Amino acid sequence: MTQLPAQTTRKLGLVIDLDTCVGCHACVISCKGWNTENYGAPLSDQDAYGANPSGTFLNRVHSFEVKPEASPAQTIHFPKSCLHCEDAPCVTVCPTGASYKRTEDGIVLVNEKDCIGCGLCAWSCPYGARELDQTAGVMKKCTLCVDRIYNENLPEVDREPACVRTCPANARHFGDFADPDSNVSKLTRERGGMDLMPELGTNPVNKYLPPRPKDTMEEIDILAPLLAPVATETTGFLGWLDKALEKL
Amino acid sequence: MHPAPSVILFTALSGLGFGLLAFLGLGLPDVSGWVAFVFFFIAFSLAVGGLLASTFHLGNPKNAMKAFSQWKTSWLSREGCLAVASLILMGIYAIGVVFFDTKLVQVGWIAALSCIGTVFTTSMIYAQLATIPRWNHPLTSLYFLSLSVAGGALLAGQATAAGILLLIAGVVQLAAWIDGDKRFAQRGHTIETATGLGDIGKVRMFEPPHTGTNYLLHEMVYVVGRKHAQKLRIIAMILMVILPAALLLLFPAGHLLALIAVISHIAGLFASRWLFFAEAEHVVGLYYDKR
Repeated sequence: MTQLPAQTTRKLGLVIDLDTCVGCHACVISCKGWNTENYGAPLSDQDAYGANPSGTFLNRVHSFEVKPEASPAQTIHFPKSCLHCEDAPCVTVCPTGASYKRTEDGIVLVNEKDCIGCGLCAWSCPYGARELDQTAGVMKKCTLCVDRIYNENLPEVDREPACVRTCPANARHFGDFADPDSNVSKLTRERGGMDLMPELGTNPVNKYLPPRPKDTMEEIDILAPLLAPVATETTGFLGWLDKALEKL
Repeated sequence: MHPAPSVILFTALSGLGFGLLAFLGLGLPDVSGWVAFVFFFIAFSLAVGGLLASTFHLGNPKNAMKAFSQWKTSWLSREGCLAVASLILMGIYAIGVVFFDTKLVQVGWIAALSCIGTVFTTSMIYAQLATIPRWNHPLTSLYFLSLSVAGGALLAGQATAAGILLLIAGVVQLAAWIDGDKRFAQRGHTIETATGLGDIGKVRMFEPPHTGTNYLLHEMVYVVGRKHAQKLRIIAMILMVILPAALLLLFPAGHLLALIAVISHIAGLFASRWLFFAEAEHVVGLYYDKR
């Protein structure tokens, strides 16, 4: 069971657009809501109304500041959930076979009935995508809303992961990466979709679209000559002060 | 990584236990009857006690039996299988030695080999993790194996061998520390590769995803207590290696001396194992701008 499939028929995953994400955390909340009420053990909270609240989340939004050499710093909101890696280290380390990657669509799932809660899969994940639920004692992770995407009881528009459905900025896209003409494949191609920590060789399915390059303001030159400073050099007392200080 | 007492106890005690079992399996010391019983009792207690301790940190221990199923890919599963096989084989050998004064030499050898193999699989649980550069190296296996064999020799009363093996383990420990200190940087994991934003400029955390703590920070971004790491290294080295090796190699053998050497070694071993976990940095810390 914990052997990775040589190849999956489809490669379902997400494209996350770091250019348009506004960091509203709506995906975090909708994910927690859907996955608490549906697939597997609920996502518990500890001390939710006390001094030190903590809890299990399958999706979290980090915010980073990036400072280019010669222009102002940029804030980049960075949603992070399971990347459903093709070479998922979390699957092969599992001693019980609870962790597996589906051959039909490549989704990485945990069979909670078999999980012993040893935490080794969370240790093996570079992305912090797995969290051991402190109440249920089993490993929780993004299921790509496997109970929504194939759910014929839902209207068709809702058959996508809760985070994608809820994103008000349209920064999250769901689709099949094995199909070169899918929305996610096209976006990845056009916008240079990238892997996180590629040096670890996990081959993530999910791709991140880097922020678009900022354009630079061109100087508008029509009024500039008229606005040229009248005095190019200081005169009078300030001029004397300037020269005096210069000499010191 | 969070230095949980259960994993420190598990790796330290089971390492000592399997090390001692390996020596007993080779007929060192050459004992039988009640004396053999006491030796085997200590060895089995350490090995089994260590394995039991490892179940304390499981979230869902009722499924523990299923952990024997995935030996094809999982080092943790392989460790479970090999540990049970070693205990059974050594149990057969022990029954022969203790109750029938018969040495099943071949069984003893195979069981001893299997015990060393078990310690190797334990080490691979950690050494396989590319996400923790300090552990992801053959030195991790050497560290576990050299200490298990040295500790086993010490408990088996092989004074001279134990002294030399302890010194070897000390050299391995030193190499693991010195080389391990550099490895995170060598592997080139940075907040820029983690976020993929390095092309734009220098990245730093602006706002964490949550105001409180969580499982990830508690388990994998353990930064408390590294302050005294250098002092603890010296303490670990003195207690685990230098003092017992000096007692064993420079003084005539005696029960009291051996007892002091054993107590000192185990205390040092716990300190070393605490550092093994507390100093290990997981790459997920990069997403929190912490290590």
